[in-house]
Amino acid sequence: MLTLTCPYCHVAAEETELAPGGEAHLTRHGPGSTDEAFEAYLFGRRNPKGVHFERWRHLYGCGRWFLAARDTMTLQVFGTYPAQSKYPPRHIVDAIRAARPGWAPDWDETSGDSAPGVGNDPAPNPTPTRDSFV
Amino acid sequence: MPASTSAAAPSARRSGRYSVFAIAREAMRLHRGWGRAWASPEPRSRYKVVVIGAGGHGLATAFYLGRNFGITDVAVLEKGWLGGGNTGRNTTIIRSNYLQDPSAAIYDKSLQLYETLSQDLNFNVMFSPRGLIMLAQTEHEVRGYRRTANANHLQGVATRWIDPAEIKRLVPIINIDGPRYPVLGGLFQERGGTARHDAVAWGYARACSDMGMHIIENCAVTGVDTADGRVRAVDTSRGRIECDKLAIVVAGHSSVLAGMAGFRLPIESLTLQALVSEPIKPCMDVVVMANTVHGYLSQSDKGEMVIGGGTDGFNNYTQRGSWQHVEETVRSLIETFPMLSRLKMLRQWGGIVDMTGDRSPILSTTPVEGVFVNCGWGTGGFKAIPGSGWAMADLVANGRPGPLAAAFGLNRFAEGRFIDESVAAGVAH
Ligand SMILES: Cc1cc2nc3c(=O)[nH]c(=O)nc-3n(C[C@H](O)[C@H](O)[C@H](O)COP(=O)(O)OP(=O)(O)OC[C@H]3O[C@@H](n4cnc5c(N)ncnc54)[C@H](O)[C@@H]3O)c2cc1C
Ligand SMILES: [Zn+2]
Repeated sequence: MLTLTCPYCHVAAEETELAPGGEAHLTRHGPGSTDEAFEAYLFGRRNPKGVHFERWRHLYGCGRWFLAARDTMTLQVFGTYPAQSKYPPRHIVDAIRAARPGWAPDWDETSGDSAPGVGNDPAPNPTPTRDSFV
Repeated sequence: MPASTSAAAPSARRSGRYSVFAIAREAMRLHRGWGRAWASPEPRSRYKVVVIGAGGHGLATAFYLGRNFGITDVAVLEKGWLGGGNTGRNTTIIRSNYLQDPSAAIYDKSLQLYETLSQDLNFNVMFSPRGLIMLAQTEHEVRGYRRTANANHLQGVATRWIDPAEIKRLVPIINIDGPRYPVLGGLFQERGGTARHDAVAWGYARACSDMGMHIIENCAVTGVDTADGRVRAVDTSRGRIECDKLAIVVAGHSSVLAGMAGFRLPIESLTLQALVSEPIKPCMDVVVMANTVHGYLSQSDKGEMVIGGGTDGFNNYTQRGSWQHVEETVRSLIETFPMLSRLKMLRQWGGIVDMTGDRSPILSTTPVEGVFVNCGWGTGGFKAIPGSGWAMADLVANGRPGPLAAAFGLNRFAEGRFIDESVAAGVAH
């Protein structure tokens, strides 16, 4: 079972205690943005086969949202960090690099325009619903 | 122009026509005359159309390109083995009782094609229209399915609402009294049922091979080469292959391939699991879907109870899901089917399903000229294989969508013109 350590209450929470919330660090676009930016925010997803930054909620614990770095191909967890982080913090990047030498971040911390502090913004669908419709 | 295809494929079926006479003939010569169902050629350096993904949808796309448009200079590239993706991992439920009109059109076209597919392909796909019931176990579902029944009437898709007594008659092993989720009625589609998943892939592959198309297994696409916004070639583990048109039909890997071509899709890849029990005597001759408890059930010809559950919630490419979901699926299903609690489960597996926000597929042109995508069938695209291939062939051949595909373009996300099938799912949204 997937186990993530909540960065707030430090509980090693099992998957059944958590609710997944999809891709993290999305730039939130709303009224006044271009149609393209709004569409990309709502629907465009990296959906990588490999390193993924994602939102989780410690649902049956402290109840708070946090972020995690995880490999979608191996399910290896590189670490978790607070939802208020604008970018994945240093120790997370180092952990990923140690495990995936070829991997490089695809964000630019200096430009400042990519990922604003999305941590506090609820995504449109915070908890994806389950599908059993075949 | 490409090199001649005739070296590998003589005009007649290499595997001969399958018939009762062929069986008799082969019985007399100890079955030494059966040829291989499809050829395994070396890839050429250029094709008119390259289809990525030899799942049902990719193969059906190729088949209808040949059958309906006479385009046979086609290669289907598959990184693993043919039919080894979701096509070979699904629970084979076939139905067309959808809520929205564009869905009804493409899924019912598909169902109609399934009805004669064995004859069309000269390959027994074991289509079994045994009837399909979607159980309503909450008031919400009762309203939802009554509405769907009405929508289906208007679409000309025969379904009807049935009461608990009729469900009990059709499915004697069901517990209609609850306690937690009593069966309040159901949406019944008598034409729905199942087919043999592998056979669908194999039948299309054989027919494509007979038309001179190349199906190339163990050939992973690793890059898409574009120039001036147009596709030129794909890089593969077996060399570079040029093409005029490229159809990306790779289900769970759609985002990866779109990334190679330089665009993003509104898709997330999740794991969907299924499991089968030990074989038992025939006890259920319809397909039952119980969406409130996230479970669906049919009995295979071998006697196994085939059980599917819900998707896992997080992005995942591992083709194996979370243990807890298996437990959850079985735990809730045995409330409705108590006899399942006595069965041993034999196998469990997962596939990577490509989920869109409105739970409808994407058949579309893309930002790259000459590149077309067919994806987003998610948890329910086995039933759609023939119809999807039909519509996709039209899209690829003409460069723009025909009537079946028109509503399913990528532009619907920008326009907010969703084909919302998730409302019909009876789950909490
Ligand atoms: C457990 C489970 C149960 C399901 N139950 C049902 C059901 O009851 N009814 C129903 O209608 N649907 C069901 N589905 C959904 C259905 O299986 C799929 O929608 C359908 O099979 C998708 O077919 P496809 O041809 O698009 O994809 P696939 O069969 O997955 O084929 C895609 C192919 O692309 C190949 N590929 C990927 N990347 C590359 C690359 N880089 N280069 C070359 N090839 C590549 C893959 O190897 C794969 O073979 C279920 C799915 C699962 C997982
Ligand atoms: Zn916590």
